[in-house]
Amino acid sequence: MSRIEINGVTKKYGKTTALKNVNLVFEANKIHGLLGRNGAGKTTLLNLITNKIFPTEGEITVCGESAIENDKVLNTMFYMMEQNIFPKSTKVIEAFRWTSEIYKSFDMDYAKELSARFELNTSKKIKQLSTGYKSIFKAIATLASNAEIMLFDEPVLGLDAYHRDMFYAELIDNYSKNQKTIIVSTHLIEEVSNILEEVIIIKKGRIIKQESVENLLLSSYTIAGENSKVDEYLKDREYVGVNGIGEFKKAIVLEKNINKDINLANKLDLKFGKTELQKLFISLTES
Amino acid sequence: MLLDSNSDKPVYAQLVEAIEDDILREIFKEDSKIISTTEMSVQLRINPGTALKAINLLADDEIIYKKRGVGMFVYKGAKKKIMNKRKKSFREIFVLPMMKEADKLKISKKEINEMMEGSKEV
Repeated sequence: MSRIEINGVTKKYGKTTALKNVNLVFEANKIHGLLGRNGAGKTTLLNLITNKIFPTEGEITVCGESAIENDKVLNTMFYMMEQNIFPKSTKVIEAFRWTSEIYKSFDMDYAKELSARFELNTSKKIKQLSTGYKSIFKAIATLASNAEIMLFDEPVLGLDAYHRDMFYAELIDNYSKNQKTIIVSTHLIEEVSNILEEVIIIKKGRIIKQESVENLLLSSYTIAGENSKVDEYLKDREYVGVNGIGEFKKAIVLEKNINKDINLANKLDLKFGKTELQKLFISLTES
Repeated sequence: MLLDSNSDKPVYAQLVEAIEDDILREIFKEDSKIISTTEMSVQLRINPGTALKAINLLADDEIIYKKRGVGMFVYKGAKKKIMNKRKKSFREIFVLPMMKEADKLKISKKEINEMMEGSKEV
């Protein structure tokens, strides 16, 4: 079971606290989305899970074992890092070969097939690749790793819409053919909202939400109408993200068990709407 | 198969409707095989768990059945079943909002009837 448990983890860099008392479980065989604004601590968390850095406090276990200096555990994970780990003069094909030396389950044929489909020239040096193709190269290496746990940090950085769409399709195909645990950190939330099963929202080093996308969206809705009437509806309700133009405004209502007051809304001439993951995210992470 | 991105229903419920629509349009015929959940999730860019949830609901309603190792098939009589189910919510989903809008625009029942007569061929 490729489950990841994070218990009371704090990470400090000198006086800066990057993560504060994080308690989190990434259930096995799900696609998790790690969402947070710039500098929220997403990459720090991924670096901790993959043992690139160590926690100041707390403990992380993968498949029930500590990952620290544990090759068996580390080999079950493949981490697509934002930065490049290969020497700059390495060719793409050489990088694939090196990866296959470390990850015995690496599928070279699949890597080559994906490279052809994404039109990635494997005889090019990594340093000659554009930002988009660097991302594509790393995404292909990760997908072909066949690791039980795949971690993607900004996988679509620099990719055009066409290649992003191709990547999402490939990710779903890869996942459904061979169940695995996937963590994706991304800024392009709306694009992945249907693909994710769980979301984890980090704000300034703290976890503020961990829930299934379905529940998160089902436990919120928008209400719009005249200012004073919206206020009347919002009385005694929990809400975020109020947006207004002139005399009208719209707010996101948060309710554990949706309890829309349809009669009141009709009386006040208010309109209900659905929330989008991206809008909810923006409202929840506002400073 | 298409999902309605403006729908405020959860994705699995949208998928249930999309599959039902395809059965009503006979894109998926009774007693014949439909595409796999993997194909569905890749095509629609949705989590495979979501597709599975939709299929399980359709299986519970006896609209779709699974044959181990072969695939998923449409039940005989599924089309009729879907039509009956949809008819029940027709008033609530289509008629009531129409009447409400008509009331706002002061459109009389007579005018509505005329409009419906004129739209019969659609």
